[in-house]
Parts: sequence; structure tokens; C-alpha cells
Amino acid sequence: MKTLFIKGGRLIDPSRNYDDRADLLIKGGLVEAADKNLKPPDGAEIIEADGLVVMPGLIDMHVHLRDPGQEYKEDVLSGARAAAAGGFTAVAAMANTEPVADEPPTIRYVADKAAGAVARVYPIGALSKGLQGVELAELGRMQKAGAVAFSDDGKPVLNGTLMRNALQYAGGIGALVIVHEEDPTLVGKGVMHEGSVSSVLGLRGIPATAEEAMLARDLMLLKMVGGRLHIAHLSTAGAVELVRKAKADGLPVTAEVTPQHLLLTDRAVKNSGYNTNTKVKPPLRSEQDRQALWEGLLDGTVDAIASDHAPHHSDDKDVEYDFAPFGIAGLETTLPLLLDELASGRIKELTLSMLVEKLSTAPARILGVEGGALKPGSPADITIVDPGRSFIVNPDNWYSKSRNTPFAGRQLKGAPVYTILSGEIVMKEGVVADRK
Amino acid sequence: MPGTLPPAAAEQVVGGGEKMTLNPKATVMDEKAIKQALRRIAHEIIERNKSIDNVALVGIRSRGVPLASRLQAYLKEIEGIEIPLAILDITLYRDDLSERQDQPEVHTTDVPFDISKKHLVLVDDVLYTGRTIRSAMDALIDLGRPATIQLAVLVDRGHRELPIRADYVGKNVPTSRNEQVEVNLVEIDGKDQVDILDLK
Amino acid sequence: MQTLRRKDILGLEEMSAEEITLILETARSMREIMQRHIKKVPTLRGRSMINLFYEPSTRTKASFELAQKYMSSDPINVAGTSSSLVKGETLKDTVRNLEMMNIDCVVMRHPVSGSAHYLARNVEISVVNAGDGMHEHPTQGLLDMFTILDKKGRLEKLKVTIVGDIRHSRVARSNIWGLKKMGAEVVVSGPTTLMPPDMEDFEIRFEPSLDDAIEGADVVMALRLQKERQEGGLFPTLREYAELYGLNSRRVEKANEDALIMHPGPINRGIEISSELADGPRSVVLDQVTSGVAVRMAILYLLLGGTKEE
Repeated sequence: MKTLFIKGGRLIDPSRNYDDRADLLIKGGLVEAADKNLKPPDGAEIIEADGLVVMPGLIDMHVHLRDPGQEYKEDVLSGARAAAAGGFTAVAAMANTEPVADEPPTIRYVADKAAGAVARVYPIGALSKGLQGVELAELGRMQKAGAVAFSDDGKPVLNGTLMRNALQYAGGIGALVIVHEEDPTLVGKGVMHEGSVSSVLGLRGIPATAEEAMLARDLMLLKMVGGRLHIAHLSTAGAVELVRKAKADGLPVTAEVTPQHLLLTDRAVKNSGYNTNTKVKPPLRSEQDRQALWEGLLDGTVDAIASDHAPHHSDDKDVEYDFAPFGIAGLETTLPLLLDELASGRIKELTLSMLVEKLSTAPARILGVEGGALKPGSPADITIVDPGRSFIVNPDNWYSKSRNTPFAGRQLKGAPVYTILSGEIVMKEGVVADRK
Repeated sequence: MPGTLPPAAAEQVVGGGEKMTLNPKATVMDEKAIKQALRRIAHEIIERNKSIDNVALVGIRSRGVPLASRLQAYLKEIEGIEIPLAILDITLYRDDLSERQDQPEVHTTDVPFDISKKHLVLVDDVLYTGRTIRSAMDALIDLGRPATIQLAVLVDRGHRELPIRADYVGKNVPTSRNEQVEVNLVEIDGKDQVDILDLK
Repeated sequence: MQTLRRKDILGLEEMSAEEITLILETARSMREIMQRHIKKVPTLRGRSMINLFYEPSTRTKASFELAQKYMSSDPINVAGTSSSLVKGETLKDTVRNLEMMNIDCVVMRHPVSGSAHYLARNVEISVVNAGDGMHEHPTQGLLDMFTILDKKGRLEKLKVTIVGDIRHSRVARSNIWGLKKMGAEVVVSGPTTLMPPDMEDFEIRFEPSLDDAIEGADVVMALRLQKERQEGGLFPTLREYAELYGLNSRRVEKANEDALIMHPGPINRGIEISSELADGPRSVVLDQVTSGVAVRMAILYLLLGGTKEE
């Protein structure tokens, strides 16, 4: 394996509060040295990183790879390529596949298929059998097969007793439970955030309460039975407040947000003329909610940013609004969108170091996987970013099989220019290389 | 519309939107000439129809309407009876709609009597290609079955594209296709005058 | 304003007061044609249109078809079947096929809000929204305004009270936008569960008491109540609805003496409105039907009367 020398970049490692110029020496798939003024060894491949930012490989802790079952939308390998193109070295793949990843063979299938992929793929197992919300799935056996967390994501767990037992049982085996908070009886046939925009558009609304009511229940269950709970895609001001209070009470809870909820509101549905690429769960909320998400992100209530990459084929999305499936494909836009937001200066307290924390260090910590740091001995999973690079989002050039994004045509400033997995360059200047 | 133009060096949007300058070339009728022409036409209408008991006037929007109304007044002066007057908007009958970018504004047609078996005198300001009159006849026939349709115009400038001729003409004005005839009427334009303009 | 510079009629929210005025003025000329013995003008001869109805409709479809025939165009009616479960031909494919037959205009009714926008984005020909889900029904809004204007001589500063299921009503939405743009005051009333979840963007007044809402109104418009709303638990019974929110002669005494009573139809007699009131002298329910054809003729003329700009 080649020796790699990354020279003169700005190195950010939130795990040790490092944000300064440094060289990085990589050998045998690991970081050998990270310090100022290192000498490149003879024969090392040198990456000139002057003006670039070097960070631990980003980890997207919430993606849907549709494999097995809906490979026409995405598969493990195309999803991994999309991840590498977007600056991610690892993703955690949700269990709502066909068949559902609720038994060890499906977990192993994903893990095995990802073995030679250009990104690490961590399978997440289902919490209940078949995502039916009735019987607990074999969490322990799946954990042994490689599942890093358990979730019925895509389908909220309506049954309170099941959630109680799942949290309690998972706690006992040290497993993380990830929840999609949405009371289906309050969601009904809703397709967008319930508010003044849904009222005008005549689309059925999903009230903020649908998320908050179930979140409140789960936080109370967490307090009662313990365990470790991670809240997927927070979307409302009330939900941020609930998590903030739970954390203040010392509950073992973490939370994530998505770029779409940080950057868009329900007005996007109207302004795009009912474009189904604005249809996502949880729905794009009000401006007040959006601001609360940023506040939560800045004050630490929200630990991580994840794409909730939900690829859909245009045959499924290019239909009337009510008929389209929910979801936005985000692996190849998440990092640039956030870099662009940082460059715009709209969020005053936002720093690059904070973004790396939310996109790498925190997800590694929450999932209990390696990565999220760049110090001697760390795996050489590295993302290098050019904060000054401008480009226009063009889904036609994506590595993902799907194109469903509301951000197409946006001019963004800031993009990943290298993705390095175990010391191997898997993406350079937007081009993904197959692994040797 | 010619009548809405300011008198000198007017600009008009023609066809596809290019602007052309119109230069007044000559005045062919003044207030007095218009008055005499209309009085003569009134007499000719009486003469031709023997009696005007069953005659009605139909003014074509827009400048045919005041002309028809003046004829109605002259006929009353001469014969002592007020014959019916109708207003016809031919927009919906035009044959050039699909060639125009902007649809012309539609106005109401107001025919307050049954035209069946009546001798109708269509009144317009200028007779040119004949297409407006064709449209007007179509419109009238959709309204009923008149005994006859006659045509009165203030100016006949020639260049017919359809086999149509006027029964009553105020003045024959030979023109070239590069010229435009502008009819001004007091009721609409504040003065009575007919000019020839040059399209350059 | 003399011309309507738009490809489609999707909703009144996106139209200006000038455009609405132009349509209403043109409709007046069209109504004159309807009163003739020969109700036909050659204006749109050779233009073909598809009436694509994914929901059952009697009067809107008939009204469009008459308007199309009065204008000498050739309409074809297509009943669409649409379901997210039964995978049939998609709307996009259906209309692209129709477009290849050199159709000039599609009139569509569809149960999903926003489907008219979706269609308009996908075809080059004109799209007229004949009702999309709970979103808008612009020609109904226009015909209601035309009726009011005809009877009252103005729209400005009139107080219009709309009663009933505002939440699920595309008729209410189009009327609210249109009337407000034309300077009328709009007050809505009905069960709170049948109001839109948030009315801030409409900038209208909600008056929970029907009597207060009707007080001093120049126009009282009742909306059709869909029986499935009761099954959805939004109000207890039809009997209770009629008692609390049904319009009757006694109730409209609070309105101005010459107030108009309107209903987009079809009427559930004795529920939204009493027969006595619906058939009474103040009712303009049947005038609304006549206005519908005139307004649709005006729209077709204004959309298709000229060539499209390159």
C-alpha cells in the first residue's frame, strides 16, 4: 500500500480540538503522523493541500441504500460511490429494505457487499420484525452480525410497549436505538408541514405535534427504562426543546438534523410549484422551526448532521404530489450545502470545526465506530475540502442512481476534492475511483 | 388604431412589434366634407330603399358606431323617423386571430332588435381588404336572416382581397399599400378629419 | 390591460386584479352570445381541446364543453382513472400522448392538489385547471365573481361571507384570492375543524359565530359539504351541521337586505342551505351556472385567441 503525504493543509480534528496547519503522513491505511513541518518520505504520493481543509472522513449516520430489494433506486455499491463523491468515508444504512434487514443474513449481505466498496457501510438492523412494530427483532444476533444500531426508520414505532421493551432490551446489550418520531395517527394522509402554506396549497398537513408527541413519549420511556436513544432528523422547534430538556436532565439521548431541514422551509413546496422533490419526511417545516434547528445545532442539543439520503427513481417521483414517495437524495449535496452556508456567513456562530464535529466525530461516537479523528493510529479515512470551489448542483452528474433533490441548479461554494478511505484515494476532484 | 394617433409623427406598433413612423401626407376630408358625404349617403339610403321603415343601421366597432349614429340622425332629420341602430363587435369573427400574437379586446355586440327581414346597412369608416366586412356579415347572419345587407363606408381606399363592394361611399381615395388612412371622428378623436399617412 | 399573457390558468392566487378584470369584462361580451338564437361564434374554429376529468363532474364539464362548442372549437372528453395504488398510465404519459394529437388546450380536473401545476410544467399547450384537489378551482371563482359583479355592479368593498368546509374547498380558495384581489372583504365561518389549519397567508377573518359572520354581508356563499368529512370525525352529524351552520331565511336576515345567496352546487338541500332560501328571490344559484359558460368562453378566447409568443 502506498504511502500518502498530505502537505500544508488546514487540519481539523475536533476529537482533540485541533484546527491549524499540519501535514499528514499516512502509512498502511493508518495515520502515522499529523504535525507541522513533516518531511515527506521518499516515494510517498504527495497531495498539495495548501488552501484546502483536511478533516477526518465524514460519516453519514442515516442513509437508505435500498439494497436488497429496490436496486433500481440505489444499491450498496452505487450508494458507496455517492458517499465517496460527497466526501463521506462511511455511511450507516437503514433497515427498511426488501426484505427488511431484521435478521443476521440481511445484515451480513449488506456488510459483505460493502467489503470492496469505496465507503464503509455500517448496517442498521430493524428494531421490530418486518418493521411491523409488533415483535422485537433479533437485536443481539444482528449486533453480532455487524449491525451498529437498530431502527424502524421510515416507520414510526406506534406501540408504546414495544418501544419500552426495545429500549430496555437494547440497553442491556449495549445497543443504540434510533427513532423516527412521528405519530402516524396524527400524520394521517399528510404530505407536507401543516401550516399556512399547506392551507394555501390545499395539501394535507403533518402537524409538528405528530413528531413532538411521540418524541415526548420516547424520552419518558428512556427515563423510565434506560438505554441509549438517538433521534433521527429532528424537524420542529418543539422537538429541539424536548431534546434540550432531556439532555439537561442527563438522559442518554442524541439527535441529528438533515441539511434540508436546516436550509429549506415549507415555502419551498409552494415556490417550486409542488415539486415532489420537496416531499420528505419529516416534512420541511416553518421558518421558526428551521431557526430552532440551527440554535439546537449551535448549542449542542443536536449532535450530528445526517443526509437521510432517500433515493427515489424519477418514475416514482415524477408524478402528482400526493402520489410521490417521501425522500430526498442527499449524499452528494450534504457537505457542499453546509460549506456554502458557512461561506455565506448567514449563521454567525457556525465554524468549520463544528461542521466536522457534526459530520464525523459525533456520528463515530454515537454509532461507536472508528473514525472521527486524525491522530497517529487513526484509520486513514480522510476528507479534503476546497472551501472556495464554486459549482452548480447538477444531479445528472451524480454517482447515486437517483436524482431526487430540491437543490438542483443551486450555486454552491465549497466542495470535497479528495476522499481517502484507509489511505487510498477513492475520490479525486469529484471523480470516484474503483478500489484496487 | 389609426384614430387614436396623435396628429404628427405618430408611432405605431405594427404587426410583429417593430415600430414604424407615420408621416401625415395629406388631408383628404375635413369636417365639412365628412358632413356632406354622410348627408349624401343618407339620401342615397332613402332613395335606394324607397322607404326606410324597414331599414336598420349596424355600426361596426369602433368608428362605424358614431358614423351610423350620425346617419341615424340625418335620416331622422329628412324622414322624421328614428330607425333602429345596432352595434356590432366583429372580434370573435376575425379570420386573422391565429396570426396575431395578442388577441384583440372583445366588446359587446348590442343588437336591440330582431334583424330578420330587415334591410341592414352596415356602417364602417374605411373599406380596404374587405375582411372586416366579411366578418361582420358572418356575425350578422348568426344573429338572424336579414332581407338585405348593404354597406356604407366613409372612405373606400381600394385593394380588395374579397369580392365585396360598398353600396354607399363617402369618398373614393386611391392609395398605395404603403399608406394608411386615418379617420378621426369627434366622438372618439376630438375632431373630424381623414388623413393619408405614409408608412416609412 | 388588453391581453392575457399567460399559457395556463392554474389558480387565482397567481393572477392580478387586472387579469381578473379582463376576464370578467370579456365574459360579459360572451354572455351576449349565449343569449342569441344561434349560440356560436367561429372564433376558435379548428382548435381542439381535451377535457380530462379524473373526478366525476356534471356541471363543470358540461359548462366547459358548451363554452368550447359555442366558440366553435372541438372538445373531446376523456375520463381519467387515477389511483396511487392501481398503476395505470401516468398523468404525464396520458397528456403527452394527447399532446401528440395536436391538441391546443387541456382542461383538467384532478383529485390531487398541485396536479394542474404539474401538468402545466410537463406540456407546452395551455392548461386550464378545472379543480385540483383542495387547492383551486379558478373558473368557479371567476364565475362567482362575475355573478356578484353582474348583480351588485362592483366587487370592491363588498362583504362576502363564505360558510362551511373552507378547509377542503378549492372553490373557497379561489373565491378568497379572487375576491380579495378585487377589493372585497372576505369573512369565513363554519366548524373550526373545517377551517384551514392556518389562515395567516389568506389574510381573511374567521368568525366562529355564523350570525356574526353574516351580519351586514352583501353576499353569503355556502359551500358543499362532503359527507366523508363526517366519517373523518370532523363534525358529529349532518343534523348538527345543519342546525349550527346551515343557511336559512331566518339566519340571513342579519345580512344586508339585498344580499345575494350563492352556492357552487350541487346542493345538499336542508344541510348547507334550506330549499326555501336556495329557490328564493335572493338566490343566484342558477345565475352562477350561466355565468360559468360565459367565463369559460372568455378564458378560452383569451388563452387561445392569439398565437403563442415564441
